[in-house]
Amino acid sequence: MAKNDQKTQDSAAKPELEFGRVWRYEQAPEATDHVTIAPRHELFVDGAWTKPKSGEHFATIDPATEKTLSEVAQAGDKDVDAAVKAAQRAFPKWKALSGEDRARYLFRIARILLERAREFAVLETLDNGKPIKETRDVDVPLAAQHFFYHAGWADKLDLLFPGQTPAPLGVVGQVIPWNFPLLMAAWKIAPALAAGNTVVLKPAETSPLTALRLCEVLQQAGLPPGVVNVITGDGRTGQALVRHPGLAKVAFTGSTEVGKEIQKAVAGRGVELTLELGGKAAHVVFEDAALDQAVEGVVRGIFFNQGHVCCAGSRLLVQESVHDLFVEKLQRRMARIRVGSPLDKNTDMGAIHSKAQLARIRELCAAGAEGGASMHQAACDLPGKGFWFPPTMFTGVSMSHRIAREEVFGPVLAVLTFRTPEEAVEKANNTSYGLSAGIWTDKGARILWCAERMKAGVVWNNTFNRFDAASPFGGFKESGFGREGGRQGMRAYVKLEGGLLPG
Amino acid sequence: MTSPCGYGTIACPAMSHSLSPVEFRVPPVDAVALETRAADLGTRSIKKKAKVQGLCLAISMMDLTTLEGMDSPGKVRQLCQKAMRPLPARADVPSCAAVCVYPDLVEVAAAAVRGSTVQVAAVATGFPSGRTDRPTKLREVQLAVAAGATEIDMVIDRGAFLAGRYGQVFDEICAVKEVCGDAHLKVILETGELRTYDNIRRACRIALLAGGDFLKTSTGKVAPASTLPVVLLMLEAVRDHYLETGRMVGVKAAGGIRTSKDALKYLVLVAETCGDRWLSPQWFRFGASSLLNDVLMQLEKERTGRYQRPTDFSAD
Repeated sequence: MAKNDQKTQDSAAKPELEFGRVWRYEQAPEATDHVTIAPRHELFVDGAWTKPKSGEHFATIDPATEKTLSEVAQAGDKDVDAAVKAAQRAFPKWKALSGEDRARYLFRIARILLERAREFAVLETLDNGKPIKETRDVDVPLAAQHFFYHAGWADKLDLLFPGQTPAPLGVVGQVIPWNFPLLMAAWKIAPALAAGNTVVLKPAETSPLTALRLCEVLQQAGLPPGVVNVITGDGRTGQALVRHPGLAKVAFTGSTEVGKEIQKAVAGRGVELTLELGGKAAHVVFEDAALDQAVEGVVRGIFFNQGHVCCAGSRLLVQESVHDLFVEKLQRRMARIRVGSPLDKNTDMGAIHSKAQLARIRELCAAGAEGGASMHQAACDLPGKGFWFPPTMFTGVSMSHRIAREEVFGPVLAVLTFRTPEEAVEKANNTSYGLSAGIWTDKGARILWCAERMKAGVVWNNTFNRFDAASPFGGFKESGFGREGGRQGMRAYVKLEGGLLPG
Repeated sequence: MTSPCGYGTIACPAMSHSLSPVEFRVPPVDAVALETRAADLGTRSIKKKAKVQGLCLAISMMDLTTLEGMDSPGKVRQLCQKAMRPLPARADVPSCAAVCVYPDLVEVAAAAVRGSTVQVAAVATGFPSGRTDRPTKLREVQLAVAAGATEIDMVIDRGAFLAGRYGQVFDEICAVKEVCGDAHLKVILETGELRTYDNIRRACRIALLAGGDFLKTSTGKVAPASTLPVVLLMLEAVRDHYLETGRMVGVKAAGGIRTSKDALKYLVLVAETCGDRWLSPQWFRFGASSLLNDVLMQLEKERTGRYQRPTDFSAD
């Protein structure tokens, strides 16, 4: 009885914060008038814009407004063949260039990309739906960094592989996803060119514009025709590309489902393959962690890029002793996330990339609620047009729930608890994926203990979703194989000939 | 984790070592992540109406400060005039929150601001180093209050703090609070000397438990003075203290804030960490001297679309 009284009194007097009434930020839209988008885009083959032999085009839209931005070409089998042949023709000369000369092109591309950074940021935001803050501060600068970084390796390949002679593979077929369109193009193209390969790249059909604009940069940089070819289209184009006999290597970033198909398609052909697929990463928050900063990290981990991140920290494993406090802090913080027009410089979370993705997120959230987990959503005014979903958190989740097992690829966090470090590691590893993990603790020894046991390609400590061209990125298990970035990333684009010492 | 500790449990502020060291334990702070968050909030784009509103708010939160050996009654009177009417031609520009002076000039300041809303703040307790004995510190506070100071900006004993004698720091704040009477007590942590965020977080806790009405970053005599991450950390400390105990405590960012752009960044920290209730001169202050003219210049620019000459604003 007395306890009940206490509780009522507490809840009545519980202090709470108030936000957003005293001082509202004015809208701060990024200017778009400096970006012109052609009504129709063709294929970039052999250094020139080429009409598709298929004669087909399809629309790409702005997911925040559902307005059509432009039409892009649907590359058919013949177009794919033409692109691969162009890359094959360009290969001998490109391969024969000195590393220094290849580096010169890559440096030039990086510099032009930075000069046109605002244009690329706006275009990416329009085509993808991600906030301008992210395209401006993350996507575009990181894409440029990948060209700068790999330019540095182009003339130092022999230092990378001492005692062996690295040689390029040939024509590389690259298929990239819609969540970081420009950045993924840079991740793929830069190391391939640095090593002396030539490229046929297929961007995702829902976000092709920045990869196509990148072709303008390649032209501006004077890159020889055929070294990079960009062909747009849907899944059929991708299939035709990875099945093409002219390829020496396939590199794919995207869903695990498609990744498996690609692996089947290249099996037994002597084609090199790297796959960077899905994830269901766990944050492990120990009670001794810097909790306020861990909250920031968890927010960055799952709500960055609307959660459309393969390495998103979509599961939160929090030590039981701080669960309530941490969830309370997280909820308060989630309410401060500004969801809205991606072009507004103050927007933290933009639009869901596509109608199909929104349906998938809704389906999994419905499954979560059905399964008995409690859903917490930040109250926010979502625009009427376009595809939107508020920052969402599920508590009371168990390991068997679909939201704890399947990749949502959206702004949805599943919260679970643990009591001991062993239990934390076991739960973190209990997934078919293994791309990334986050450890939040103030204890150095515990960081190392956990990191050793995490079956994940990237383990972040007291931070999350940080990327750098010098740091290898890739997964375990169904998250794929092969690494991108760093020395390990370069290895995937060369064959090592003989064990003889050079010279 | 520290257990919630209501400051009301402290029986007698003057009692020596009335809290055990465990009470001063604080959660760890991750420096990299704290700085990242502060920098991230620093990218907010504040334009047009929001900018004007923010700048006016900043003026109303300003403790116009002069703390020089060469200060004179004349200079203090000028400063008071400026604080009461920062831009005499514009009635819509609010007055500042306070003037901040050394104790011997409190009387002059109090006379000059009489009848206005501007408060008189006095730095005391052996400002800026605090290296004097406690009776002298308390005497200085008493004199300042008697001369008309309505706010006291004390410095903590950094020597004791860095030696780990937290009880001594706590006791001294309690003792000063007692002699302040009705005057508001701002506790200067001198974060530039505490160096680590963990130290700063602990100093915040000590000052909060000891009953300080405001946490203040710096004296302005030590570099670095106020920084965005430090103020973010202090705001988190007062936020958590409020959520635990229901008692609101203010934050004053002092030293090194010279531009409107900086002031707006601080306001963004307040708005997104503590929220609406702290967006008032009662709970957030800027300690500055040259900031005001830059804010006035930006306000006039927003109004007229043109930048005025620096000489169009009085130098005080």
